[in-house]
Amino acid sequence: MPELYEQSTESLLSALNAGDLSSRTLTTACLDRIDQLNKKLNAFVSVNADAALAKADAVDKRRATGQTIGLLQGLPVGVKDNICQAGVATTCGSRMLHNYCPPYDAHVVEQLNAEDGVIVGQLNMDEFAMGSSTETSASGVTRNPWNPEHSPGGSSGGAAAAVAAGMVPLALGSDTGGSIRQPASFCGVVGMKPTYGRVSRFGLVAFASSLDQIGPFARDVHGAALLLQVISGHDTRDTTSVDSVVANYTGQFNQSLEGLRIGIVDEHYGEGLDDEVEAAVRRGIERLESAGATVKSVKLPHARYSVATYYLIAPSEASSNLARYDGIHYGHRTEDFNSRNDGLIDLYCRSRGEGFGAEVKRRIMLGTYALSAGYYDAYYLKALKVRRRIREDFDKAFAEVDIIAGPVAPTAAFRIGEKMNDPLAMYLSDIYTISANLAGIPGISVPCGLTTNGLPIGLQLQASTFSETTLLQAAAMAETSGDTIGVCPVA
Amino acid sequence: MEIDEVRKVASLARLELSDQELETYGQNLTQILGYVEVLNEVDIKEVMPMPHAVDLQNVFRPDERGPSLNRTAALSNAPKTDGQFFQVPQILEQKDA
Repeated sequence: MPELYEQSTESLLSALNAGDLSSRTLTTACLDRIDQLNKKLNAFVSVNADAALAKADAVDKRRATGQTIGLLQGLPVGVKDNICQAGVATTCGSRMLHNYCPPYDAHVVEQLNAEDGVIVGQLNMDEFAMGSSTETSASGVTRNPWNPEHSPGGSSGGAAAAVAAGMVPLALGSDTGGSIRQPASFCGVVGMKPTYGRVSRFGLVAFASSLDQIGPFARDVHGAALLLQVISGHDTRDTTSVDSVVANYTGQFNQSLEGLRIGIVDEHYGEGLDDEVEAAVRRGIERLESAGATVKSVKLPHARYSVATYYLIAPSEASSNLARYDGIHYGHRTEDFNSRNDGLIDLYCRSRGEGFGAEVKRRIMLGTYALSAGYYDAYYLKALKVRRRIREDFDKAFAEVDIIAGPVAPTAAFRIGEKMNDPLAMYLSDIYTISANLAGIPGISVPCGLTTNGLPIGLQLQASTFSETTLLQAAAMAETSGDTIGVCPVA
Repeated sequence: MEIDEVRKVASLARLELSDQELETYGQNLTQILGYVEVLNEVDIKEVMPMPHAVDLQNVFRPDERGPSLNRTAALSNAPKTDGQFFQVPQILEQKDA
């Protein structure tokens, strides 16, 4: 019998359902695992054991008395630290919000609670989700459980590391340019960015509002599909939330991929792609072919412009969104203020200068510049036009294929510190994930192999908007027909 | 990028930065803005800008009163409050009567 932290979502659910496993036992096992490993990995920034156990007991009691149980059946879930829970510190990895305690729940938290998820704590992240390595958090660096000298990726690095290390079977992250898929790839777990508008962002601390989307992490595709089921749907409090029927995401597995058309993109295999990553990704695609899919080449001629486009649009939106942090209503306010000499503007500037870390300041500066008078047309507006070209490429490709398959990131997990002094090199690690955010399409990362150094490699599958069912079905086949990467050694 | 221009951007962004930070961000911005020059290769004549990922039209709702935060909750994260209001430094000169 494998340890609880190694078991698949399906086997945990069936044990809970049969009464062979209680949510308290499972939650306790997760809390023990966190106790044992968090000092080393720093995946969780806070853990609320009392609330988690109380919720687990409540679910167990309802199960024992034959009452209805929600879809999550008492499975423990971790939540990225930019998703608000009423009364729980939500710091966004920033000194700016180090004492921020939201007075309300995010929509996704309401959904987790309603469907009987057991929320165990908040997960580390790059400050304000700006980063690809979980090194910029005010709560310190998160380490990759496969090798603690390496980064777990980012910005949802805490979520990916926690799921990989068996601290929780499920977690929520957010993905603005690859912040779910890239850490999922680095940590050997499943991570999915849904279609823009599928999941309400009410209660998600905003980074770049035309790109941000909340999505699931899990040990397996089944878990990701289940969590997506719980969080999807319309919410009037997020005006970009789309009012369309939520499909059944969990009922479509173990089907032949006969008739499924998979596109591969020559532009994906250019300069910078690691040989071992390329080989593993190509093997993953071959496995989809042997499961019945047909493979053909498609073109995404503007894909090479996605990083440049993103690093104008995302910082522009961020500079506007983060203007709200002024030290007045909530967040950090400077102590260094003398009402005799200083004015209100000095209070804003000093509070922000002290509260934000280096990467956040860099992006605010870049976005402010790109939006400023005289540069708006040359930078921001031009990027919005190239963005449409990128979307048009996908529209043409998805007229010919159902799924686009390729790498998640150019390399496996890089070393901690390796890219910290070269912002552009860090940005380029998102080259394969960013275009999905610009186009609004869903994407998923599924483990497809290990490097010779024992680091996971992810296969990225992307589909047209609101094709999550097809995407999950293909991902499940890639997973079940794949050579398993095995249990994370938590080195 | 000239240091004066970096200083101007920082002021627009309401960020107080040290001289060292101004220099670093000046170099970073120069590097990143050099990289994004690649966008000049793209033919964008007659292309409509794409500000959002889904083409949503205006979203309306009835103008009805709904639940909202009470005063205690709204002030609960204020850096400075008297229990009734957010407190800020005085911004208007006080004239003697």
